[in-house]
Amino acid sequence: MPETSVNPPTAVLREVEPSARPRTVRRPRGILIALWLGYVFLYLPILVVVIMSFNDSENLFVWRGFSLRWYPELFSDAAMMQGLGNTLIVATGATAIATVLGTLLAYGIHRYTRGGLIRAFAIAPAILPDLLLGIGLLTLFALLSVTLGLHSVVIAHAVFATAFVTAIVLARMASLDPSLEEASRDLGAGPVRTFVRVTLPQLTPGIIAGALLAFTLSIDEFVIAYFTTAPTQPTLPIVIYTMVRFGVTPQVNALASLLLLVSIVAVIAAQRLTRLTGSSK
Amino acid sequence: MTPTSSTTTPGVRVGSERRALVPAALLGPGVLFLIVFMAIPVGLLAFYTFFKRGRFGGVVFEFTFDNWIKLTEPLYLGVIGQSIGLALIVTVLALLIGYPMAYAIAGLSPKWRTVALIAIVLPFWTNFLIRTYAWILLLNNAGWVNQWLQGLGLTDAPISMLYTPQAIVVGLVYMYLPLMVLPLYASLQQLDPALREAATNLGASPWRAFRTVTLPLSLPGALTGCIFVFVPAMSNFVIPELIGGGKTIMVGNLVRDQFLSARDWPFGATLALVLTILLVLVILVQAAVSRRLAQGARNA
Repeated sequence: MPETSVNPPTAVLREVEPSARPRTVRRPRGILIALWLGYVFLYLPILVVVIMSFNDSENLFVWRGFSLRWYPELFSDAAMMQGLGNTLIVATGATAIATVLGTLLAYGIHRYTRGGLIRAFAIAPAILPDLLLGIGLLTLFALLSVTLGLHSVVIAHAVFATAFVTAIVLARMASLDPSLEEASRDLGAGPVRTFVRVTLPQLTPGIIAGALLAFTLSIDEFVIAYFTTAPTQPTLPIVIYTMVRFGVTPQVNALASLLLLVSIVAVIAAQRLTRLTGSSK
Repeated sequence: MTPTSSTTTPGVRVGSERRALVPAALLGPGVLFLIVFMAIPVGLLAFYTFFKRGRFGGVVFEFTFDNWIKLTEPLYLGVIGQSIGLALIVTVLALLIGYPMAYAIAGLSPKWRTVALIAIVLPFWTNFLIRTYAWILLLNNAGWVNQWLQGLGLTDAPISMLYTPQAIVVGLVYMYLPLMVLPLYASLQQLDPALREAATNLGASPWRAFRTVTLPLSLPGALTGCIFVFVPAMSNFVIPELIGGGKTIMVGNLVRDQFLSARDWPFGATLALVLTILLVLVILVQAAVSRRLAQGARNA
């Protein structure tokens, strides 16, 4: 909103004190304390989980001493390993579908639509409450007598993942120079050739970012998977949910710490990636 | 799906059939996929609200208004009201905690700003259920908070904190705080520091400069943040169940139970639809208000 910053409210002007000396604007110290307290609030729970993952005790609440025993035990936990495998299958499948559909959608929307109807429709799943999408798909699958399993979760996750890929590729699309495509076509390349040789390479950073986001969201997604999978095929979040409801073992702490490590690495990598693609332009 | 006119693609001559084929090939698969797996499921839910429940889930195709009438029972209206109330409290608390954070981050040097923002986003990329579970470790009777309180001699017996409505509020604020801080930061960061400087140079106290310059201009960000927090807080059923112990029921829990245990799908669909309509209304109001705000700022 650049236009909002033109005129300060006139009320300020009435308060003119001729003697007032120019002061630099300083934010009060208290504000930094508020920020630090906010971070304590955000990180304390996570820190507790990480600390307890090194706890040499079956008891989840009492510290007995340092141990790494829960990490190897995590990998021999059949339920968690099944959940992890399922989650990776689902995320890979959903990301593959969403990347193809989302890229085509974004290109089609950018190139061939006016008005925002199809754009809004393609991005709607990202805004739709997950609960609604979950029970809606459950209802559809039941009506069509589709057996629930990983395939139904793949489809369900592909729905919202497509919306995110579309949105990100569209954003990238908006920054492209259309004259390159025109040049390619003027030189005699057909639309398919132009798309594959000219447009696609320029879109690649956007497509990769979209796919990464889709993959990450799918790995973390609980509600939609909960409604669309079979009880025998839980994804990792569902395994954790069941454990928290019916009894947590200390392996969960180890799992949480590893997942945290993965997200830290992913976030930093994504940050580097966007900085690289941003500066290469 | 109107094909772009030939003016944007000079020199390309394609048959009219081919011209229609290209956009269809691009948009067709995605649109079809979303019609089948998003529009139809949602439409199906809306359709089901007018039919009777099947015995083991599903639906019997006998027309009825019973589901909508059942919704007006005090029990269900109470749950809806309670959900709105809780989500509102969560939103206000997130705003009160998030605003100073966003304000402080906007004042940092660019380098530290990036670090501070990553630190805001990072918990959000940590598994949702694990973050929920972390609060159980903290708030349990034998949990860390009670251990600290007893260690400090503040209390003799553990205070029951888990499985209370307050615990749900804490859990929800914790879960969605980043969604409040980010849009707030975005609007605060756009503010021209010269404005505040001008206000203080003209003799306004820092508080007055904040109240008359910064605060009004950050309202759009605050509104967006409130929507980002309110909407997911309202339909969450995991935190009320795991941190609230299922004692405080929110709309999301009702919907879940209708589908997976009570097996009354039409009524569950009705509840979910009402929830969605409420959320859409909230978003529409927010959009209208921020348009007014933007206009007001332009006319000022």
